[in-house]
Amino acid sequence: MISLKVNGKTYRVDVPPGRMLLWVIREKLGLTGTKFGCGMAQCGACTVHVNGRAVRSCVTPVSSVLGKEIVTIEGIPKDHPVKQAWIAEQVPQCGYCQPGQIMQATALLASNPAPTEADIVKAMNGNLCRCGTYPYIKRAILRASRRMR
Amino acid sequence: MKMKGLTRREFIKYSLAGAGFAIALTITPNGYRILKAEEAEADSRFHPNLWISIAEDGRVTIIINKSEMGQGVSTALPMTAADELDANWRLVSFVEAPAGPEYRDPVMGLQLTGGSSSVKDMYKPFRMAGAAARTMLISAAARTWSVPEGECEAVSGTVRQAKTGRVLTYGELVKKASALPVPQKPALKKTSQFTFIGRPLARLDIPDKVNGAAVFGMDISVPGMLYAGIARPPAYGAKPLSYNREAALKSPGVVKVFPVPHGIAVVADGIEDVWKAIRALNVKWDKGASPELDNKTLRKSFIEGLDKRGPVALDRGDAAKAFLPGAAHVRIEAAYMLPYLAHVTMEPMDCTAHVRQDRCDIWVPTQNQTGVLQSAARITGLQTDRIHVHTTYLGGGFGRRGDFGYATEAVQISKLAGAPVKLIWSRPEDIKYDTFRPGQSCRIEGAVDSGGRLISWSHKVVVPSIFEHFAPQMMKGGIDPAAVSGIVDMDYEIPNLHVEWVKLENPIPIGFWRSVGNSHNGFTIESFMDELAHAANRDPVEFRLAQLVKKRHLPAMRLIETAAEKAGWGKPPKKGQAMGIAYHFSFGTRVAQVAEVSVDEKKGSITVHKVVCAIDCGPVAVNPSILTAQATGGIIMGLSAALGERIDFKNGGTITSNFYNYRELRISHAPEIEVHILKNQKTMGGVGEPPLPPIAPAVANAVFAATGKRIRNLPLEPELKGRL
Ligand code: FES
Ligand code: FES
Repeated sequence: MISLKVNGKTYRVDVPPGRMLLWVIREKLGLTGTKFGCGMAQCGACTVHVNGRAVRSCVTPVSSVLGKEIVTIEGIPKDHPVKQAWIAEQVPQCGYCQPGQIMQATALLASNPAPTEADIVKAMNGNLCRCGTYPYIKRAILRASRRMR
Repeated sequence: MKMKGLTRREFIKYSLAGAGFAIALTITPNGYRILKAEEAEADSRFHPNLWISIAEDGRVTIIINKSEMGQGVSTALPMTAADELDANWRLVSFVEAPAGPEYRDPVMGLQLTGGSSSVKDMYKPFRMAGAAARTMLISAAARTWSVPEGECEAVSGTVRQAKTGRVLTYGELVKKASALPVPQKPALKKTSQFTFIGRPLARLDIPDKVNGAAVFGMDISVPGMLYAGIARPPAYGAKPLSYNREAALKSPGVVKVFPVPHGIAVVADGIEDVWKAIRALNVKWDKGASPELDNKTLRKSFIEGLDKRGPVALDRGDAAKAFLPGAAHVRIEAAYMLPYLAHVTMEPMDCTAHVRQDRCDIWVPTQNQTGVLQSAARITGLQTDRIHVHTTYLGGGFGRRGDFGYATEAVQISKLAGAPVKLIWSRPEDIKYDTFRPGQSCRIEGAVDSGGRLISWSHKVVVPSIFEHFAPQMMKGGIDPAAVSGIVDMDYEIPNLHVEWVKLENPIPIGFWRSVGNSHNGFTIESFMDELAHAANRDPVEFRLAQLVKKRHLPAMRLIETAAEKAGWGKPPKKGQAMGIAYHFSFGTRVAQVAEVSVDEKKGSITVHKVVCAIDCGPVAVNPSILTAQATGGIIMGLSAALGERIDFKNGGTITSNFYNYRELRISHAPEIEVHILKNQKTMGGVGEPPLPPIAPAVANAVFAATGKRIRNLPLEPELKGRL
């Protein structure tokens, strides 16, 4: 049994320590907002926050996050400026990459509330979107940033 | 929207329960017949194919028979029905239809989402159903108040009598309305009367997608569910020589290991257990059916194909004569080549199936419910009414999920495992075993007269056939329509046109990839148009317009003019930048694009700064904001393919396996995109695919303008680098 703190709640789960955080969140905790895209830290679909930093949960063994604060898309409040901006700008198409995009964007804005376009590109470049919502993502981050300043 | 695991019968009941009132529609040889749900249930002769239900609390549920894969159909279709219904949009939601004959597309005869046809095909029936319901609600109010119907009007989910200001809500009226006869020819609104159609309404699916609550196939969980994966052969047609079943069975969490048609299946408690066991299986494979297949041999086959003959798809005038010496002012020819491409939907293939003795449930992100249903019936031996296909959200489609191989596999595995299983393809599986956009080569000859008008065009396409295997009934006179689409129906006025198809055969699985044959032919036609313009010493925009001089060409002409003007065509470009234009007609929609590009010749890199897109999909754009999003997405996907995407082959199989070797466009390379919507064409066209074809040639033409280098093979960047 290991103990994980996710979205402010403590869960006790029976998994081998080498299991990746992504699959524990999805299969054991039933929090399916965090997505599987590549399993190799190549696409960003599985992005969650660990102690406030955006990490790829598909390559993060659970053993490395014990006792740390984990936040998933379900743990970001609905009225968070980033989620609100995502709706206002109508960002998602298929939507599959979007939880990862939002987790990456919220981490960016938490550390840099007024990013330049170059900052945005740098922070978001690991998050793929096959539907091509990139211009919308840029606009949404700038919108959220205006509200958070 | 919440996805519920309902059977078809339960679904109809559920649609009716609390629904004071539900409207269905069926296609008969004499046109549409509109029914109340009760009638539809009672009369087995009818297969009603869509439903609007209104509950006593006023909530309106629209049942949609098309899959939501990001293209916005779960908003656009409800908008068409809700508009005629004069619903209160805040009370409108949608539910995905189950699989069954009643939910087939009336034009295709299949329950399938593809060909950019959803809104086009469903526009009329959804509006009719909405209008019928509205008529009945008005009539119910008029009866309640004992006044003429003419004094009552429907306004935002209510019926109002203008004279008195009396109001009844739809919820209050549904009981009475459901007892009234259904009008068979309800009056449809004029364009000027639309309340939702044509407005950029917010999408219904977005809040759930932002909150992580949208349920994709990957997110399905059913009691007792196990996870499954398949060890697959590296080469096409390879058979297992040996594998270590014992080792896999000893691997933690593993429940079962057995052979299936496409490899060796492993069933376990979690997907990581499955993947670990697949490694432990250590399957040794034979060399497969065509071990010599690799990039080189493939390329050779496409080049050799250019010298073969094939069936003629179109022969207008006498193209050959115009190429005789002295017949034309300018005569050129060029050959092009395009690679195999993967779809790479962000959600890899997955499917959850539960096969029992007397029932089968399938939860699947699919574009092809009919295919899934029929395949499951073959495997299980069950009647289709015992098979329940639950369509989830699709994490991208792009044609990939028209193929249903992954659903077939899940059903096979669940049957053999005797348990509900979720089959998940890893990303390398998703790329390697994709049904690729086929590669293509072609040779085009063209002739222009001294006035700058095209007089002759001869086009030979070498490409494998998609339809021959997928839908042989679609082959037209031995010609695969996808092979020559966009060529035989191009807008340019060409008196002599010869189009020929050489079918290439090889074991690589292929399928529909966003815009299908237009993704090849749009590139080659528009690159060649540019070559002709330069050979004839004409401006590329002027040269195109010179071939679009008849009245029927007006929509095309206006698009090219608009894209050129908005992009500042002809003005001095920004330092180090150049522009390229392209235009293409596909799926009933016309699109022109101008790309502003700069090229770093030392590095062989191309930067696309801005794309101006002008699109005309007819007199109504149901939701302009969704249209703009689709245009943006199509341009980015097309640009991604144009710049860097290519599947590589070696030793009889695919060696491309993940994002590090399949170069998909990232935010750093996304251009600014500007979309202009024009409405000059008379008929409604599709939206999902047409924005894609023009971007590759627009960029290639801009690269030529910037460097004088004509790149005829895709992807562009590796080609450019190869010339350094
Ligand atoms: S799934 Fe983790 S980065 Fe792609
Ligand atoms: S919205 Fe579909 S992959 Fe990003």
